[in-house]
Amino acid sequence: MGRFDGKAILVTGANSGIGAATAKAFGAEGARLMMTGIDAEAGAAVMAEINGAEGDARFIHGDLTEPAFRDGLVDRVVAEMGRLDVLCNNAGIIRRGTVDQLSNEDYRLIMTVNIDTVFALSRAAIPVMKAQGKGTIVNTASELGETATANIPAYCSSKGAVVQLTRAMALETARDGIRINAICPGPVLTDLLIGGRDEAYLAKTAEAVPMGRIGEPHEIANAILFLASDEASFMTGAMMIVDGGVTAG
Amino acid sequence: MARFDGKAVLITGANSGIGAATAKAFGAEGARLMLTGISADEGAAVMAEINGTGGDARFIHGDLMDSGFRDGLVDRAVAELGRLDVLFNNAGVGFGGTVETMSLENYRRVMTVNLEVPFALCRAAIPVMKAQGGGAIVNTASELGTIGAPRTVAYCASKGGVILMTRAMALDHAADGIRVNAICPGPVDTALLTFDSVDPDGDVELIAVDTPMNRIGEVGEIAPAVLFLASDEASFMTGATMIVDGGATA
Repeated sequence: MGRFDGKAILVTGANSGIGAATAKAFGAEGARLMMTGIDAEAGAAVMAEINGAEGDARFIHGDLTEPAFRDGLVDRVVAEMGRLDVLCNNAGIIRRGTVDQLSNEDYRLIMTVNIDTVFALSRAAIPVMKAQGKGTIVNTASELGETATANIPAYCSSKGAVVQLTRAMALETARDGIRINAICPGPVLTDLLIGGRDEAYLAKTAEAVPMGRIGEPHEIANAILFLASDEASFMTGAMMIVDGGVTAG
Repeated sequence: MARFDGKAVLITGANSGIGAATAKAFGAEGARLMLTGISADEGAAVMAEINGTGGDARFIHGDLMDSGFRDGLVDRAVAELGRLDVLFNNAGVGFGGTVETMSLENYRRVMTVNLEVPFALCRAAIPVMKAQGGGAIVNTASELGTIGAPRTVAYCASKGGVILMTRAMALDHAADGIRVNAICPGPVDTALLTFDSVDPDGDVELIAVDTPMNRIGEVGEIAPAVLFLASDEASFMTGATMIVDGGATA
């Protein structure tokens, strides 16, 4: 008996990194999964792995910067699975550069994926969850939504917005049986962290973590599943920081 | 295979409330438990319940205000259990009052039980955990370690201290394989909620129960967070404060 037996779960950005690890973990605990992602091949591989291990996953390839795809997504999930118990707003992107180096287009793209999409999918999911009398949303924020760092100003801004949107939506929905929380990962071994960086960069990143290492996607997935489960029944509007101690000091 | 099979776990304030609920939850997941608390009768009942359901618990009655008892506790746990995998610093007290109305004696009692005792027990536990190559400490802070509340000045100060102590210790001992985290419960259905464990005339309004969820929490809703933080599922978490407050501080 898994914690998520029969639960209908939507995970965005499920083709890699934290999203893929989370989808696999949900799949192993009995969930019925709808996954979406920007990479069709990687998404199909994640789906095949889950279904090959007796999970129940489907994957829709699509780009969340397209409003038509984004705004139809929750309806497609409900049409397919009959309900929506858990929404994991996980898709995210990063662009490096100081504020005077980033273009307005870079900024717009980051804000579209990292925060506009969270708003839009929550906006579609909340009425469904209200009608069910229960539901939960877990947003992937970041330690960089709580403290900033140089050279990724738009990313920090977008994640700060995720933190506050999470809190605000939690307050609005707490009496509808809906819980909304966020995870704030520190550096994690994903394409988003690694993309184009060399070994020396990764070593330096690991050294800056009090635990002396970079986190692994499954360590974040554990926290997402906890927040999504009934074990977290008194948690809403909370930030769960999973960062190896980075923001402790 | 349960998450805590064979793990040696020490819990303070285990005779009631969050401590008792957490002890039962650890017991149900295979832990070998050393419990302590100020009420011998209640503690014996918690122990009996755990052992009656196939658990493995022992209880030592004592007052953590007594430094002799406090400073020998970790050694007694290690002598009995052979090691110490998890320390749950949970014992806490509260007294109502503003800075004008609270006696210095009551202030010191709150600070001693809520902050100095966790410091002293960590001080004893960390060398043991270092020698083992790791361990996990979970401290019971409070949402009132992150925000203030009327007429709870000493309690708020002590719990703010617990949060920063947690972060500082986490940094000091991350490289030793020791994770140190805290939970921050909101209003929970325990004797401490109204402070009537120590102040029978405690004002129920001392802690607002008007949470966003429109209810106070149950002790069974805090225990899973403690177990999560103590488990390997939280292997990349240290120095974190997990807020379980029904949205009160959102």
